[in-house]
Amino acid sequence: MDYQLIVPYIPNLRRYARALVGDRDGADDLVQDTLERAVRKFHLWRPGDLRAWLFSIMHNVFVNQLKARKIAPEVEIDEATIAAPIPTANSVDVLDLQRSLQSLAPEQREVLLLVALEDMTYAEVSTALGIPIGTVMSRLSRGRERLRRLMAGEAPRSGLRVVQ
Amino acid sequence: MTEEEDRVEYADQNNALRRQFDPVLTEPIPAQMFMKRPAWLDYARAAVLVGAGVAVGLALPMLQPTPPNAAVLVTPLPIRAARAHMVYSPEVRHPVEVEAKEQEHLVKWLSKRLDLQLRVPLLASEGFELLGGRLLPGIDGPVAQFMYQDPTGKRLTLYVTKPHKGDELTAFRFAQEGKVSVFYWIDRDCGYALSGELDKTQLARVASSVYRQLEP
Repeated sequence: MDYQLIVPYIPNLRRYARALVGDRDGADDLVQDTLERAVRKFHLWRPGDLRAWLFSIMHNVFVNQLKARKIAPEVEIDEATIAAPIPTANSVDVLDLQRSLQSLAPEQREVLLLVALEDMTYAEVSTALGIPIGTVMSRLSRGRERLRRLMAGEAPRSGLRVVQ
Repeated sequence: MTEEEDRVEYADQNNALRRQFDPVLTEPIPAQMFMKRPAWLDYARAAVLVGAGVAVGLALPMLQPTPPNAAVLVTPLPIRAARAHMVYSPEVRHPVEVEAKEQEHLVKWLSKRLDLQLRVPLLASEGFELLGGRLLPGIDGPVAQFMYQDPTGKRLTLYVTKPHKGDELTAFRFAQEGKVSVFYWIDRDCGYALSGELDKTQLARVASSVYRQLEP
């Protein structure tokens, strides 16, 4: 039965959703909606990588949820434009991992988490998110760099740099 | 940063993310993720009920929809294997029930209990010697666990089970449960999972040797 094929992936979908959305209830809503949609669309799945297919459904549901909250996820946010609220190098207020993640652009967060948590290859991420591999790579490197700076309590690279 | 620094930094990021979020993998799955039946199933069930109702009349109350099958609440194979690894691999005095010196008996015994012709892969070329094995309770029957150890005392376990109803047939895959890395695959007759606290590349090398020996 279809649903039994999907069930083994629920823990992974939940882990990813938790990291992506940040709070437990929101994340489980995302998983729930994803599972329902996956079951409705199961006849469209062609035997192949079921995991990538499920994550692609979760991506679509996530994008819809963001749209519903009037956040445009498909806009690549330039790092410089979102540099403002980030603490500077001498700030003692180093953001914790969860908060740092949430301040990444959603599309960077998706790529980073699929690679880091799900161990997906660039090709798998490309399939799951429906974006070219080059875009996967650029989002990943920007996301990683930004997360690194946030965790280190540094301001992300912007046009202006502090010169010692 | 140099490429090398990047690589280390990114591995740290992956580890930090896993540390933070891996516990979600073992959280109990909310019931509604199983209970909320797909719409088509309700339609199908309704159609069956209507058909049956027409056939036998409206008098049979036993044709109520049955509650959803609880059997779908299955912990995935790699997680079952990783948990068994976590329980037994730290054992100092009793890591195995039957030691490798009785290998023939071990294999015969476990094969009989699992009702499968088991084979024990040799991993000496990867630096791991067989310590022995034990029988474990699985979801709906016995499971075998073979344990290996390298000269530094690092242990690997190979978990062998008949596929359970919820287990999806799968080729070679990787999973992570806490610190334990797992490579696993499930074919028609048998599910295998190799677990260890090794990094993925190291474990992959050993696991592919296991795979080659078991799936000729």
